Amino acid sequence: MIQVTLPAHLRGLARVSNPVELEVAQPVTQRAIIDALEAAYPMLRGTIRDISTKERRAFIRFFACGEDLSHEAADAPVPDDVAAGKQPFRIIGAMAGG
Amino acid sequence: MTGFARKCKKTVTNETRNSLDNNEQSFYAILCYPALLHIARDSMSVVRVLVGTRKGAFVLHSNEQRKDWTIDGPHFPGWEIYHITGTPSDPHRLYASQSGGWFGQLIQRSDDGGKTWEAVNNEFKYDGNPGTHQWYDGTQHPWEFTRVWHLEPSPTDPDSIYAGVEDAALFHSGDGGKSWRELPGLRAVKGNLWQPGAGGMCLHTIILSPENPNRIFVAISAAGAFRTDDGGVTWRPVNEGLRSDGELPDASAEVGHCVHSIALHPTRPNTLFMQKHWDIMRSDNAGESWHEVSGNLPSDFGFPIGVHAHEPETIYVVPITSDSHHFPPDGKLRVYRSRSGGNDWEALTNGLPQENCYVNVLRNAFAVDKLDSCGVYFGTTGGQVYVSADSGDHWQSIVHDLPPVLSVEVQVL
Repeated sequence: MIQVTLPAHLRGLARVSNPVELEVAQPVTQRAIIDALEAAYPMLRGTIRDISTKERRAFIRFFACGEDLSHEAADAPVPDDVAAGKQPFRIIGAMAGG
Repeated sequence: MTGFARKCKKTVTNETRNSLDNNEQSFYAILCYPALLHIARDSMSVVRVLVGTRKGAFVLHSNEQRKDWTIDGPHFPGWEIYHITGTPSDPHRLYASQSGGWFGQLIQRSDDGGKTWEAVNNEFKYDGNPGTHQWYDGTQHPWEFTRVWHLEPSPTDPDSIYAGVEDAALFHSGDGGKSWRELPGLRAVKGNLWQPGAGGMCLHTIILSPENPNRIFVAISAAGAFRTDDGGVTWRPVNEGLRSDGELPDASAEVGHCVHSIALHPTRPNTLFMQKHWDIMRSDNAGESWHEVSGNLPSDFGFPIGVHAHEPETIYVVPITSDSHHFPPDGKLRVYRSRSGGNDWEALTNGLPQENCYVNVLRNAFAVDKLDSCGVYFGTTGGQVYVSADSGDHWQSIVHDLPPVLSVEVQVL
């Protein structure tokens, strides 16, 4: 199982607590994780990435294993520890707004 | 009551709820909000005020006296609620526009008067290639969806609802928000000449004609007012008589005016009242032409405009000082009422702060109820919600420390 953590606004929207556990097929990529997340919690559609283009929203960041993965390709494999369920894939609202 | 109890012993579906009469609707509201019992004890009508703010939604309840209130919320804490409204044909069906800079746009729907909510479809896709509109510097800029400013449900079908969005366009859902379709004919009306106002290029006002189901009025900042007579397929600007001196190269241009809000009374479907950027305007021919009725107002700049529920010539505005000073003149919060459809205005101040008040009232944050003694409501950017239970003669604050108020709607159950 893959572990995903969500920011407070999205936890409230999906009515979940951290971490969310998801079944994600191999190879585990950012796209596969968010596909699985949106399938399990349809209310999150459009809140993390654009509905049509699937591009990450500007003020959303992806972190895992101490690294910023926000600019990695959506189809690139995530770190092994995330794929193995040992480390969470963190979805974060960027610090912005003063 | 026996029949009502029997209906409510079962799971209350849309069908059973729609079969309730007015008294039963009030009881149903009390079932959803048991705290209403004490305020409804002396009177059968329940008044529900729906408040959208920068940091969530609030649902306020009272009875016909409109003196004692319960406050429920925040719903969707931390999110901007540009608009929350109820449907006339099923008052417990509510819709809310929930948005934020980080997480985008959501549409929420409630079938129990706001007790519980369900996120419905949030895909607002322009029809085809939307092209470009005018940007602040006069260059062309791609059309981009940002948020839903206004939701306008059909008077007869709770599943039919219109959404006015930024960048300006009109969408419709016929299935309770499960899908949205743009009415692209609107943008075809010189959309390349529309430009954003300071708050964005937003379609903020939608009026469904009470006499003609094919007629809709919309208003856009800064494009103007538009009307369709064929259910939204084709549109035309209805801005004759508006003047935007110093704001547009052609002060009486066909499009480009910064209309802030429009209101009408259901018994006078051809009489429209407009709060423009500057100027209070009136049309008696469904927008074919407008004339100014600012009269003796201390300032004719403002955002909301409203019409009394039972007096079609009684209208309300809340003047602010200017386009650069978005607060009331002289630090006095005054609602102005005209009982003559404009020109002659009186200041309504009883119960409103008359010194050191520097709040604003935004365009969707003004509403009236339909009780015999018409209630008037507004919310401020300072987080106050005020009510007058006597058409504006006396005011009291319902709540005074909410986040900045973006929208106010009222239902009588």
